[in-house]
Amino acid sequence: MGNRKEILLTGAGGQGLILASIVLAEAAVNDNKNVVQTQSYGPEARGGASMAGVIIDVDTIDYPKVTKPSILLCMNETSFNKYLPKVDTDCTVFVDSTFVKGPFRDDYQIASFPITRTAREELGREVVANMLALGVINAATALIDRHIFRDSIFRLAPGGSGELNQKAFDAGYHLYEQGPEDGIGFSAQTIK
Amino acid sequence: MPETKPILMQGNEACAEGAINAGVRFFAGYPITPSTEVAELMAAKLPDIGGVFMQMEDEIASMAAVIGASIGGMRAITATSGPGFSLKQENLGFAIMAEIPCVVVNVQRMGPSTGVPTAPSQGDIMQTRWGTHGDHPIIVFSPASVYETYYLTIAAVNLSQKLRQPVVLLLDEVIGHMREKVLIPGGGRLIVEKASDKAPADWKPYDDKGVTPLVPFGFGRYYHVTGLYHDQYGFPTSDPRQVERALDRLHDKLKKYRDEIVLTNYIGHREPKVAIVAYGCTVRSARAVIKKAYWQNRLPVGLLSLQTIWPFPDREIKELAEKADVIIVPELNMGQLVGEVERCACGRAEVIPLNRYDGEMITPDQLVEKMGRWLS
Repeated sequence: MGNRKEILLTGAGGQGLILASIVLAEAAVNDNKNVVQTQSYGPEARGGASMAGVIIDVDTIDYPKVTKPSILLCMNETSFNKYLPKVDTDCTVFVDSTFVKGPFRDDYQIASFPITRTAREELGREVVANMLALGVINAATALIDRHIFRDSIFRLAPGGSGELNQKAFDAGYHLYEQGPEDGIGFSAQTIK
Repeated sequence: MPETKPILMQGNEACAEGAINAGVRFFAGYPITPSTEVAELMAAKLPDIGGVFMQMEDEIASMAAVIGASIGGMRAITATSGPGFSLKQENLGFAIMAEIPCVVVNVQRMGPSTGVPTAPSQGDIMQTRWGTHGDHPIIVFSPASVYETYYLTIAAVNLSQKLRQPVVLLLDEVIGHMREKVLIPGGGRLIVEKASDKAPADWKPYDDKGVTPLVPFGFGRYYHVTGLYHDQYGFPTSDPRQVERALDRLHDKLKKYRDEIVLTNYIGHREPKVAIVAYGCTVRSARAVIKKAYWQNRLPVGLLSLQTIWPFPDREIKELAEKADVIIVPELNMGQLVGEVERCACGRAEVIPLNRYDGEMITPDQLVEKMGRWLS
């Protein structure tokens, strides 16, 4: 099962995590991989807990839910506290430092980036923080071919926001290249 | 056939696409989680292809509108979840009695009542069988993947037309909301047959000789449609002989086409010691376990997945019970279809339920634990 990658995107309703998971899943299909995307959310549209899972594999995927994430994204404090204890210590954990403050435990692979702050300050729109997060993740893990990923973002971005969302994705790459803001036990080499 | 390209598709989306490809041109419904995407897509697509989308005031009216559209000659479908499915029961019974083709999609959520709208459940198994009153037949399909949702929707539409029998497509929240890679066959859509062009001169709406294709209202034939027991022309009767014959007729058509209706799939060892019987999203957990135990470790295990749950695949279960010592039945309820499995296994195999009802899926680990000693 070495080819199986399980990605968990967590945060609050309204942060665009379900859309991010759909974009990631579609990019995986376009990159000729098998993929299953699932989600879990409460009845509230905004503010409640939101979680989306994506499984990418070369083999067929039977059980559709994420059980052993290799990548975890936490976009708020609540999700960080909830999901970190559920992952193995070799899981790569991406944290939005706009909402989740360190210092972090050094027995996990945690990397924090100012995802939402960068979306707000550099792109003028907080709503694209989700695509920026995908940029950081893909820069670090090379899950999907970058160009295929950008095409999928353009196709799925709502009403004419394709270019803005692609810019946010690219800004994620840039953010990754600058290195994590905080996070002990993280370096590009440790990411599988 | 045009080139097919893999795409990412959601279960509910596959249901809408399948329906449209099967010639459905009428949707009436009232949106409800977790089925709403079916209505959303039908609303987006039907007007452009000469179809009709109606958001009704409630689920009772939705079911009535679907029946009306179907008598009028359109292939018609509605989609809902548990609370709405409860409301549709009376009219569903009418459609069964009056032999009006239609498809009702129920994407199950946690019940009873409004329950947990976003949590998966398989609590409506018995409701799909006996939710409407009277000794009626019903056909119920339960897909386990996005692609199965697509083709079972097409099968549901076609069978409902052919047998003039309502068909329920029973999804669960996992399958309805899940997105996965699928290859949807291209090609032209099915042509809606106009039965009126072919109906013989002596056409009767409820012919004693068997099911005749429905001649839509307004196509030159005059007949009566009622929920009362009726004669060959549709007019009410309480003559005991005619009443008995009419009920036999409803059941006989399903018996006659049993092999087309009852769809199952078996993977694993030819002579399994322990077998799983599953349907819906639970098939996915079971398949992960069986693939590993049989394909990798060659253990005597198997999985019978049921695409059709009603009429119940009795012969298939009997056959399995002849071979297996133990049959495990995982369900996202407190034990519903397991009773049917027990009835058909007739003591030939030990039937063990595995139930989960906290709004989460049964995991492969839970199944492995249940199968414990047979996996070592």
